[in-house]
Amino acid sequence: MADILGAKVDEEGFLIDLGDWSKEIAEQMAKDDDVSLSEEHWDVINFLREYFEEYQIAPAVRVLTKAIAKRMGKDKGNSKYLYSLFPYGPGKQGCRFAGLPKPTGCI
Amino acid sequence: MAIKKFMYLNRRSSFGTVYAIESLEVVLVAAAFDQDVSLAFIDDGVYQIIEGQNTNGIGMKNFSKTFHALGDYEINKLYVSAESLEERGLSADDLMPLVYEDEDDNWVEKSSVKVVSNAEISKIMSKQDVCFSF
Amino acid sequence: MLHTVNKSSFERNSLKSCINIIDDTSVILLIEDGVISATKNINSSMIANLANQGRVYALQGDVEARGISSKLVDNIKLVDYTGFVDLVVEHGTSVSWV
Repeated sequence: MADILGAKVDEEGFLIDLGDWSKEIAEQMAKDDDVSLSEEHWDVINFLREYFEEYQIAPAVRVLTKAIAKRMGKDKGNSKYLYSLFPYGPGKQGCRFAGLPKPTGCI
Repeated sequence: MAIKKFMYLNRRSSFGTVYAIESLEVVLVAAAFDQDVSLAFIDDGVYQIIEGQNTNGIGMKNFSKTFHALGDYEINKLYVSAESLEERGLSADDLMPLVYEDEDDNWVEKSSVKVVSNAEISKIMSKQDVCFSF
Repeated sequence: MLHTVNKSSFERNSLKSCINIIDDTSVILLIEDGVISATKNINSSMIANLANQGRVYALQGDVEARGISSKLVDNIKLVDYTGFVDLVVEHGTSVSWV
């Protein structure tokens, strides 16, 4: 099985054990995707981790977008902005960097 | 895709079998496809939304927290059988306060949970396009 | 509505759950081990009334496979797979009480 900095990941690169997550792992995942994590990325990643802690699920993109709009304003809570940060999808790629499982209903 | 009415009947408690968590997964998938989703809790299913669940001692995921996310998924029709509650010595006050924000009413927070009779659930069921029992 | 039940009333409470909630126009089809509930036994009072109203069906193949054809509660209607399909068509939405 593949691993990132010693933490096991599944065939799509999501962490098997969410407890393995660290900032270094997120940085490494981003580097592998040719993304360098800015403060804006971290805002979303931290938001995703808090969301998971509260609700025990990775939110669907639609829900994530709405929730971010509510928390950080409409200029950030829109899919154009979120896709500019996470070109492979704020749900799929963002959740992966955040150490969360793939969002339910995400193909 | 045409919007269909889906109802999920939850009949079992949370942790003894996988039915409850599987049902919730399927519900979230349906919601991601913008369908009209409602949930009914009957028999031991009413235990799924009891307030104050804590799974620390059994090493399982406390997915009762996930029910609080349903409002954001626009799932706000949760029907609970009054008879099933009563048989188990429970009342509406024992249930989690699950809410949603009503888009058509200035985002006012409203309760998603309705305690209704079995006859009422039956009536709602008969209006669905699809019913899944878990 | 059509309600199918595929577990024995001795193993699961799905038949009871179903009967508790269905309306007067609904019918029940017993399939797989659900047909055990079509026999005269200590639980059969649950379905006797419904059967008398002509609202309980059992899948013939499953009844015969289990050798219980002669033990059925009165007025249970046996259907084959074609009959199953007809019931689905006739009653619109169906629920399987797994």
